[in-house]
Amino acid sequence: MSLRNVDIGFVPLVDAAPVIVAQEMGFAAEEGLHLNLHRQPSWAALRDKLALGAIDLAHLLAPMPVAMTLGLSGPAVAVDALSVLSVNGDIIGVSAELSARMEACAFNDAHAVGRALLQARGAGPLRIGVPFHFSMHAELVTYWLESLGAEAERDFSLHTVPPPRMAEALAAREIDAFCVGEPWGSVAVENGAASLVLPGNAIWAFAPEKVLAGRRDWIEAHPDTSAAVMRALWRAARWLGTPENRLALSDILAQEPYLTVGPEVIDRAVYGRFVVNAAGREERVARFVEFFDAAATFPWRSQALWIGDRLARRHQLDPATAAAAARSCFRADLYRANLAGIGADLPGASEKVEGALTERTPVASTRGELYLGPDCFFDGLKFDL
Amino acid sequence: MPNRFRIVVVEKDPERARMIVDGLVEAGDFEIAVLGDETGLARKLSEANPDLVLIDLENPSRDVLEQLTLASGPMERPVAMFVDRDDAGFTKAAIEAGVSAYVVDGLEKARIKPIVDAAIARFHMVARMRSELAATRAALAERKTLDRAKGLLMKARGCTEDEAYRLLRKTAMDQGRKLNEVAQALVTAAELLR
Repeated sequence: MSLRNVDIGFVPLVDAAPVIVAQEMGFAAEEGLHLNLHRQPSWAALRDKLALGAIDLAHLLAPMPVAMTLGLSGPAVAVDALSVLSVNGDIIGVSAELSARMEACAFNDAHAVGRALLQARGAGPLRIGVPFHFSMHAELVTYWLESLGAEAERDFSLHTVPPPRMAEALAAREIDAFCVGEPWGSVAVENGAASLVLPGNAIWAFAPEKVLAGRRDWIEAHPDTSAAVMRALWRAARWLGTPENRLALSDILAQEPYLTVGPEVIDRAVYGRFVVNAAGREERVARFVEFFDAAATFPWRSQALWIGDRLARRHQLDPATAAAAARSCFRADLYRANLAGIGADLPGASEKVEGALTERTPVASTRGELYLGPDCFFDGLKFDL
Repeated sequence: MPNRFRIVVVEKDPERARMIVDGLVEAGDFEIAVLGDETGLARKLSEANPDLVLIDLENPSRDVLEQLTLASGPMERPVAMFVDRDDAGFTKAAIEAGVSAYVVDGLEKARIKPIVDAAIARFHMVARMRSELAATRAALAERKTLDRAKGLLMKARGCTEDEAYRLLRKTAMDQGRKLNEVAQALVTAAELLR
């Protein structure tokens, strides 16, 4: 039997794992699919190829489908998130110079690290590198520092830097700090340019990071292929959620043409065990990146609404318009329709109060085995739009 | 008479940059600058204050340019990626050629399109030359391997060059492999045994 080809674009990051594993471990083939994985050099290139139909589906930053649908990024086109590929996984690092001026703080204390960072900055705003303007990195950093009373442009500014260049940009003093996905934070530590100070999940304990996205018209025209890809990715996520598979994961990701960095650097994100500075200090981060547990793959409409709310604030949009677009993008309906038959434990609701759970909590679900949380924000926000 | 149009080409490879600039010079009278170094790209672009920026679609620094398209970016004037909404084929052609153009908002399409057209043609030419060069290099490398394999056989078996070639070709056919694979295997084995 010949396999149906699906073209999927990805950016070389640890959290591209679900699409890579779906192809490499045979979950795609089980569904009669061959995933042609296209490595992309930038988010803008990936976005344009998706918007213009050069690829069918993409590994996208969670805010991108909302931003594209709202016409904020590239050609305006309705783009949907079919599932969440990963939760959390960002890390914040600072230059050696800034690190020396910062008061020592616990690695997971967003309050203390944020205050120390703002206090240690020089005369101008703190310059923070992020991979893309429409990213969880940008949203988390802005949310974090604004909650601590800082003001964008006055106290801090965001600068787009391609992840592989983060270390170089720190060394060249183009930026003072960064928020980036792995393995690039660890690579910057290896290069001696950075100290890691805070994992992203200390700001929001359950932040949707990447999504599987497609153009709405493509998804409508290819319902069976979309469903088959979603099933393959759900099984890949379940494989990723099994701790015994972690060792193999780092080796699969390290290969050409995927990440092409050493598996020992990838291990840090996979096991949540970081070397945070040039002196070799180690820190452990529970649930640094989550692929499966706690309904990680479910595209909660409330997550989309949080993203829409942040975009509306940062871009002076009408909040109701942004909320409507955001809600329409995260396809909890298709997730339910396509994954009910294969054993996915589906939550009873498609929206939740984001930030309400401080610990693991059982919730109503189709199989009655689902636990959610923790999903709290560092400042105790309960987001309910 | 409008001011001279300022174009910045973001390209690391000097040879490619020169070819693109040559194409633009043929298309009209512009002020053209090339930015080759990615360090401080946003600041340098802001200083150059161009009307139009051309960048390879595959250049990782594209995301830096994206930042300039947002009102709060470091550029004085708002910039947008050039997309012709009346002509989807045009944008597609640009993507296929691998060129992205960013322009200052409010410029007339009629002024921009010929420049981007010229850029598209040049990017195609550059891409073609690049793949030709890669193919030539690969062919040369294969030829070298084959010559070394023949030399090894001639020395070990005391045969002529023709005989060595026939032996390699026969082995390849018998094993259903490419001639060059067999030659490469022989060269590798000889290096290991040395």
